[in-house]
Amino acid sequence: MKKRQLQEILGFNLLRVCMVLVLLTLAFILYDIISKGAGKISWEFLTAMPRNGMKEGGILPAIVGTVLVTVITAILSIPFGMGAAIYLNEYAKDNNLTRLIRMSIRNLSGVPSIVYGLFGVILFVQAMNIGTCVLSAGLTLGLMTLPWTITASEEALKNVPNSFREGALALGATKWQAIRTNVLPYAISGMLTGTILGLSRAAGETAPILFTGAAFYLPFLPRSLFDQFMALPYHLYIMSTQHHAITQVRPIAYGTALVLITAVFAMNLFATILRYRLRKTKME
Amino acid sequence: MQRHFDEELKELNQEILKMGILAEESIQRSVEALKNRDKKMAEAVINEDARVDQLELDIDEKCIDLIARYQPIAGDLRFIAIGMKLNAELERIADIAVDIAQRVLEIADKPQLKPLIDIPKLTTIAQNMVKMSVDAFLKKDVKLAKEVILSDSDADQLRNLIQRELIEDYMAKDGSTAHRAIQYLLVARFLERICDHATNIAEDVIYMVHAEVVRHHPEKL
Amino acid sequence: MENAKIKALDFNFYYGAHHVLKNVSAEVIANKVTGIIGPSGCGKSTFLRSINRMNDVISDVKVEGKILLDGKNIYDPEMDVVDIRRQVGMVFQKSNPFPKSIFDNVAYGLRINGIKDKYFIQERVEKSLKDAALWGEVKDRLQKNAFELSGGQQQRLCIARTLAVEPEILLMDEPASALDPTATLKIEELIHQLKSKYTIIIVTHNMQQAARISDYTAFFMLGELVEYDLTSMIFTNPSKKITEDYITGRFG
Repeated sequence: MKKRQLQEILGFNLLRVCMVLVLLTLAFILYDIISKGAGKISWEFLTAMPRNGMKEGGILPAIVGTVLVTVITAILSIPFGMGAAIYLNEYAKDNNLTRLIRMSIRNLSGVPSIVYGLFGVILFVQAMNIGTCVLSAGLTLGLMTLPWTITASEEALKNVPNSFREGALALGATKWQAIRTNVLPYAISGMLTGTILGLSRAAGETAPILFTGAAFYLPFLPRSLFDQFMALPYHLYIMSTQHHAITQVRPIAYGTALVLITAVFAMNLFATILRYRLRKTKME
Repeated sequence: MQRHFDEELKELNQEILKMGILAEESIQRSVEALKNRDKKMAEAVINEDARVDQLELDIDEKCIDLIARYQPIAGDLRFIAIGMKLNAELERIADIAVDIAQRVLEIADKPQLKPLIDIPKLTTIAQNMVKMSVDAFLKKDVKLAKEVILSDSDADQLRNLIQRELIEDYMAKDGSTAHRAIQYLLVARFLERICDHATNIAEDVIYMVHAEVVRHHPEKL
Repeated sequence: MENAKIKALDFNFYYGAHHVLKNVSAEVIANKVTGIIGPSGCGKSTFLRSINRMNDVISDVKVEGKILLDGKNIYDPEMDVVDIRRQVGMVFQKSNPFPKSIFDNVAYGLRINGIKDKYFIQERVEKSLKDAALWGEVKDRLQKNAFELSGGQQQRLCIARTLAVEPEILLMDEPASALDPTATLKIEELIHQLKSKYTIIIVTHNMQQAARISDYTAFFMLGELVEYDLTSMIFTNPSKKITEDYITGRFG
């Protein structure tokens, strides 16, 4: 009895220490970025072009570039991801082929992002001859987020009780009617939540856009989808590792980091709010 | 709450009522035949017993069916169980009426022994008791049932009176009247038996309503 | 038998290698309640779900034989399964209202069938709720979410929803198994009232329930229809010993 109690207390506190360590690390990173980057944030920093070899000025092209690329990613991954999820969960027969497809999708979400970058170069930049540009980068990121979107959407669809489908079918609904009127309305916020989380991850990725369209230094905004662009994560990478005056531009790097994580946090927050609303209207 | 089982019970009620009416009619007509020395009517009573028998089977089947299908409990169960017993008692009463009718066939051709006064009186008592006991069942009326039980002693007294008269005034004085006197004696005894059956019904009704056993416990009345 | 609404002819059902229903032949009489009883896994639910082809949803199934609905084989490739399901309504074991308002639940079947006339929908919703003996309890809160209703009310709502599309046949898969005794009695009374308009087939684990509400009773075991007769016969004088053993609780 005594020993068991001791074990209990010991084990419990060990877990507590683990959690505290993780939280401390996170807090430290946040503190570091905010304390060093907050001073840099100003209206000018957000809205001006970089000047003087990126040593001065703002990061507007990087913000615009990241937004544009993320929009393209969304345009690719939302309809295709949701469509694939609906097919897999609602239409595909539960056989070995379906299982293989599902397993492949799960595995794809674990493929390193640099591999997607290379694949993007080969497929979009070279084979389809789109060139290094916003579109190629967006499509590459879209491909990368698809497995996430599909998996999250499928989970959301699985959470809709089967009785909703059967109930609708029994009333003479066609399969698509049942899905459209009695499944999707209850799965859509869950599907969107997963998708947005995927997008927020894409927005912070450097490797896939490295070869497919991101530019080192462009003091103007892309005029079309076929232009190169600056992006926040890539800009951050350059400012902290590639710039010839690294110590001098360090504050700009911190400012960029702060903008990037704020954007990503904002997207995650949005996803969380969506999920909360889903729970509130949840059935049963 | 409304139960469609209640409709079924109502139907059973109706059939038992019908059974009671048939039994009662048989008594009345058999004694009528005795009074009027009417062989035709006596035969009719005997023949029509088949109807009562059929109805008895129908009611039994209905009760079994209701028990099997509705698994009645408490008041419903007592109603159906007592309904079955009532059914048997009423059938027995109708059989006794047939017995009376058969006595009529025995003596109809022989000269009248005496004018009938007390036997019709006993008949009225018996008929009333049957009617009241069935009514008590249908209306779940304990007061009425108790009345039936109490009037049983009237029937016993009247039968004793008839018996004594027949033995002392006829059989003891003139042996040639014995055959006819015995028939009347039997009729009186039959009528008294009908009253006993009615009393049984009344006792069952009290059990049905209050779940209280008064049979073999006269002090509880 | 007189006036057969549904006829199963040598109906066989396979789920993968599993032979679930074996040569089932039976006639279901119009405007009567037919109860289906039998131990778990005897195929009674499968048989029920074969009548509106709800089993089509599952993969890896095979069907042999026929089920005739008004003389037409519902497994004929030319039959439209959607039409069949409009004609053959189904109420499930667990009440499954949709997370919509009470009104929208009942209107659902009408709307998916393309009815847009608001006035018509309103009338039909009211009528269906009345027929399902629920109108009085919900008429002041039709716009409230269906999940606010009690279990028994939810199940009656599901019945109303099914009635709204005016089927001819009502299939009920243990409609009261998740309800308390009072709610169960209400459903049973409702079934008794509905049989004047509908042909009702009800699967139940509860033998007493089958005895109470059905006019005919079918006893299934191991995928076979063992005995099928008037309920009063099955429950007082079954012709097969195995039926008697089952209904008296000697096994199963």
